[in-house]
Amino acid sequence: MADETILIRMAGVSYKYPGSQLNAVDDLSMTFGKKDRIGLIAPNGSGKTTLFHLIMGLIKPDQGDIEIFGKKVVKEKDFIPVRQKIGLLFQDSDDQLFSPTVIEDVAFGPLNLGKSKEEAIDISKRTLQFLGLEDFADRITFKLSGGEKRLVALATILSMEPSVLLLDEPTTGLDSRTKAKLIDILNHLSLPGIVISHEYDFITAVTDHIYTMENGKINLDEELHIHKHHHVHQHGKQPHKHV
Amino acid sequence: MINEPFASGNSIVHRLDPRFRTFFAVLLSIEVALLKDFSAMGFALLVAFFLAASARLNIREVMKRLSSIFGFLLLLWIVIPLTYEGTPAWQAGWLTWTREGIHLSAQISLKSTAILMIFMALVATMTLSTLGRALKRLSMPGKLVHLLLMTYRYIFVIGQEYQRLYTAMRIRGFRPSTSLHSYKTYAYLFGMLFVRASKRAERVNQAMILRGFNGRFYSLDDFQPSYKNWIFAGTMMMIFTGILLMENGLLWPMKPF
Repeated sequence: MADETILIRMAGVSYKYPGSQLNAVDDLSMTFGKKDRIGLIAPNGSGKTTLFHLIMGLIKPDQGDIEIFGKKVVKEKDFIPVRQKIGLLFQDSDDQLFSPTVIEDVAFGPLNLGKSKEEAIDISKRTLQFLGLEDFADRITFKLSGGEKRLVALATILSMEPSVLLLDEPTTGLDSRTKAKLIDILNHLSLPGIVISHEYDFITAVTDHIYTMENGKINLDEELHIHKHHHVHQHGKQPHKHV
Repeated sequence: MINEPFASGNSIVHRLDPRFRTFFAVLLSIEVALLKDFSAMGFALLVAFFLAASARLNIREVMKRLSSIFGFLLLLWIVIPLTYEGTPAWQAGWLTWTREGIHLSAQISLKSTAILMIFMALVATMTLSTLGRALKRLSMPGKLVHLLLMTYRYIFVIGQEYQRLYTAMRIRGFRPSTSLHSYKTYAYLFGMLFVRASKRAERVNQAMILRGFNGRFYSLDDFQPSYKNWIFAGTMMMIFTGILLMENGLLWPMKPF
């Protein structure tokens, strides 16, 4: 555990869902460093979400070791500090927002961490302000739009002051404006993290390295390089937008 | 799906402490439900009207809600006087309306209208989440309160899922009919809803665990103490006692007719 620049280390980790034939995550080894902002592009069912759940301790590996912050994590107890330091944004924000009002939801994490009510409200308000959601505090969570829900879900994670972010398809169902806002926020935070997404534009904007994942493995040797290239313009000289 | 038309108001009732409102709504309702004396019931109904008026409830919405029990009451008025045994009050051919049956129907009508109005004025004037917190502060078990709040939160999500599934059925030409195929399709639909709801519950639970949930809920609110709450409590206690006295014939006794 000498190397303090390594946050997460996985060695030969496999996981199979009960009743399934194939390993969802198969003999996966990787290290994730303090400064890494990694993007994962992968087909459906390639084990990305499973990877996140393994890191957070929501499921326990059948084989292999996981080390987080230099400590081996095995039991439920080991994951409690991990969950405070690593924030996972779910695919579906409706799963993450369960309190009646926005402020209660954002304050839920800090309160669980043992903060007093005043501290929790204070930190929640600051988080909402950082995200430009200061007027949302008393809104009812289920009445928010899809984009608003995603940003509030992000707020509920940021209010726990994580040092690593795991984002599971954060742009699903967002319009381009909210997407741009999300890119802005993530780059402003510039926390180390792993982002799963299908959208090249988004993933290149918020990460430094992009890998693919297939059959429960990350193809670490094949980093994707997204580069500019010349191509024939279908639009000719007509004014147009690159979306 | 669930509207809260009364919750957003700024009347004097809205500004009262939700705990006081909930408590007295329950207390008065139990009392009214047990009444046997018509003058007490009439008075209770009067109080209910007064409360609804001071909550400045929209009359249209109130009538809409009352109409949902009126249908039920109408049915009672048709059935009970004819079937309840007692002294005949009116006869037409082989049909007999009994005095006791009419009494009973009148009692049920008065009581249910009064209770419904009391709840509309005192309880429906807060959002469900406020009600949940008020119940918790009135020492309702936390698990029940959170069951209520979670149900309220996710009933919309499940409702949307139902809509989506039902739309998917309809665009493939499904039309409900009295056939085995229809029953089977509905069974699939509801089965699927249950599966999805339980999957979602699993994910919500995971999300809560990730944010350090350990079985304890914390509440953020403070209910502001105000002397108005105590005036309200005093008035309600007086009304409560007044109804009790009437019921026992100690105040404005009304001769049975």
